[in-house]
Amino acid sequence: MSRTPQAKSRAGNKPQAVKPVAPKTRAAKAVLQDAPKARMVTVYIMGKRHVVPEHATIMRAIEYSGQQIIRGAGCREGFCGACGTIYRLPGDYKIHSGLACTTLVQEGMSLTQIPAVPMEKAIYDIEKLSPDVDTFKRLYPVVFRCVACNTCTKSCPQGIQVMDYIQAAKRGDVASIMDISFDCVACGLCALRCPAEIVQHKVGVLGRRLFGRYLAKESKELDTRIAEVQKGAFDKEYKSLMSMPKDKLSKTYYERDIEP
Amino acid sequence: MYPDYLAGLLKEVDRTRPKRLELAKSGNPVYPPMNADERKDVLSKYHPDYTKGARCKIRVGPNKGQELTTEITELLEAHSMVEPRLMDIHLQKPDYETDLLIIGGGGAGCWAAITAMQNGVNSMLVTKLRLGDSNSMMSEGGMQAAVAPTDSPTRHYLDAMGGGHFENNPELVRILTQDGPEVVKELERLGVIWDKMPDGSMQVLHGGGTSRKRMVSCRDYIGAIITRTLMDEVHNHPDKIQVREFEPAVELVLDDKGHCAGAILYSLDTEQFLTVKAKSTIITTGGFGRLHIRGFATTNHYGATGDGLVMAYRAGAKLAFMDSVQYHPTGAVFPEQIAGFLITEKIRGAGGQPLNKFGELFVFPREPRDIESAAIIRECSADRGNGIETYAGRTGVWLDSPLIDMIHGEGYTKHQFPGMCRQFNRFGIDITKQPMLIYPSLHYQNGGVEINGKCETNIPGLFVAGEASGGVHGRNRLMGNSVLDYNVFGRRAGRYASDYAKKAKLGKLSLEHVTKNVRDLKKAGIETDLVSPMILPSYTPDDVKIQQLARLGSAPARHSMLRSRISPSEKRKAAE
Repeated sequence: MSRTPQAKSRAGNKPQAVKPVAPKTRAAKAVLQDAPKARMVTVYIMGKRHVVPEHATIMRAIEYSGQQIIRGAGCREGFCGACGTIYRLPGDYKIHSGLACTTLVQEGMSLTQIPAVPMEKAIYDIEKLSPDVDTFKRLYPVVFRCVACNTCTKSCPQGIQVMDYIQAAKRGDVASIMDISFDCVACGLCALRCPAEIVQHKVGVLGRRLFGRYLAKESKELDTRIAEVQKGAFDKEYKSLMSMPKDKLSKTYYERDIEP
Repeated sequence: MYPDYLAGLLKEVDRTRPKRLELAKSGNPVYPPMNADERKDVLSKYHPDYTKGARCKIRVGPNKGQELTTEITELLEAHSMVEPRLMDIHLQKPDYETDLLIIGGGGAGCWAAITAMQNGVNSMLVTKLRLGDSNSMMSEGGMQAAVAPTDSPTRHYLDAMGGGHFENNPELVRILTQDGPEVVKELERLGVIWDKMPDGSMQVLHGGGTSRKRMVSCRDYIGAIITRTLMDEVHNHPDKIQVREFEPAVELVLDDKGHCAGAILYSLDTEQFLTVKAKSTIITTGGFGRLHIRGFATTNHYGATGDGLVMAYRAGAKLAFMDSVQYHPTGAVFPEQIAGFLITEKIRGAGGQPLNKFGELFVFPREPRDIESAAIIRECSADRGNGIETYAGRTGVWLDSPLIDMIHGEGYTKHQFPGMCRQFNRFGIDITKQPMLIYPSLHYQNGGVEINGKCETNIPGLFVAGEASGGVHGRNRLMGNSVLDYNVFGRRAGRYASDYAKKAKLGKLSLEHVTKNVRDLKKAGIETDLVSPMILPSYTPDDVKIQQLARLGSAPARHSMLRSRISPSEKRKAAE
């Protein structure tokens, strides 16, 4: 099935099929008439040919083709990692990867989503770990199979230096794992591409939790504040605010000073 | 890259920047904040909640006679997916039994499972998509917590009450603000990495409507960092927390005494209806952005269709503040591919400024969200005509982000906003050099199922936490208070619901409330073939939908899912 590119109006922006709420000025209408029309491209979704708007993301192209995504869509904004996708382009031997929600289609793209990434997560008690190389040796010994081929880094849709944090795990450098893997969305594409079968994104989570739990400098101010709350230091003020009639509360609110 | 037709307008932003920077550095407000009357005026004239048709009276259920958001009313006046008669045998022999059922796998759901476990109660967590697929995962900017020495939980209380126009439930706001500092500590203990000053104290920034710098953050990935930490913890206890993915609940089950006794799940993989018997149930299903209320684009997750509200309401739970919707002031307008996406409020917290087409400030950058959004809509409206138009037919205003590095030093934006930089870099826009184009985007469900401080509802055995609950934010939530909300109340819900489960004795399971819903619809003269909960929104093109509707006869379940996503006007088209 390939649908004809008639319905230009729904090109691309379907998921936010929104009419701007602000009324159109006459000038704006003139601009709109000159707006370029959406061109169409041919893509192959799981092998089947579809004609979709050229500025569609992969996710919107799949929906434009008439499919309801169940596995393979989540936040739709690049945070949740539900929509890992692999694709090839004409005349290019490479397997490319990206998030369907933020990767644009291209002419001749042949793609499939990865509905789930099978893997085993290590089970641990965060209270009983040490932030060093021994923990990785014990929980994810597979990191020591890394041959530094950099395939994980090349496959990362976030542009994270994945291999570097795996190397950091081998050294027990928890701070580096945390810093490098911070933006990981756990789509698992690295783990699927890794010839050494490492589960990079799980190593990243462990590294970040170890840093937060053991290596982040503690805040004395925070401890003081918690103690104050527990002692009931604010109880009286709460009581007074909570019993204020609305107009008095409103007055207090609008008169409060604001830190620059 | 911005197209040529915007080049002239971009120059205006550059032209006015030096003066604005000077003012920003002076420590004085860059624009006068609105007083109470000005706030009221801009809200009533420009906020989408006040537009014609935004609300309509609901004719059935516990809130009967009240005006609710129109799209919600439609979903609540709809049919169940389940035929109660056919479920009888399964109610007698449930597919699953658990002490505690948690519906929804976002931040609040994960927390509830963890605290219930700490309280010695095992749980089953069912979720529509994957564990963690939620709005919790997507929050960017930060969480409010009164941790700074110059701040106090009571100041936080006052700010939150003012933001909510003094209609919030005071008890809930006290709990929210009082638990804040402890939640920060607790999350750190689980391994959350806070942005900190060199001495270990928390980095705090302003958010809209804050009178003290109070927003704690994890660069601009706070949701991802907190939620992945909580998920990892949930997954560390497979013997105590059973997770079922792609099995959303579609109806609650009550017992013959009217206590909540579990739920009916609908497996998205097999289209089976599965029965869960539970001594105690928590709804943590989040919000409703994917209903695209008033046709707005949304910042929300794919599954944010308000399912929990529908289930709870049909079972007899009261809703609060379901007549108000939050539009985030800064959703992306350009490029078209990311239209509606969230631009974190932390950008304005760090000094970013909204500007009209002349490059001028027209509002204090950190008003509470409803005010800021209404002011942006006003600027773009025909009354002022100061918006910037895109070829795709959208209108917006600039959000001047290059100011941030000029205020805080080069490299600050890149380190504090890696997500935002990445989002725009994909399209050739460097937000440290050029502003973003923004317009309000449907963001948050201010109200929800009415709860008390123990997350209890008016149905014994039913608890609600997070965005699905109503009361704590009144009719307008401040930034950073939802992340705090799901942490504070998710924890509490787990504790109180597990306490309840320890003592609960269930009677005979029943779906009588679903049968009653059919009678009520009929009695009210409501003719609809809308089926709810919606489960997932449909972005299928209309012509495809119409062909899908050609199916005749006894429709399988997926067909009814599809039906629930077709608006009456589309159906008329199909019939023609």
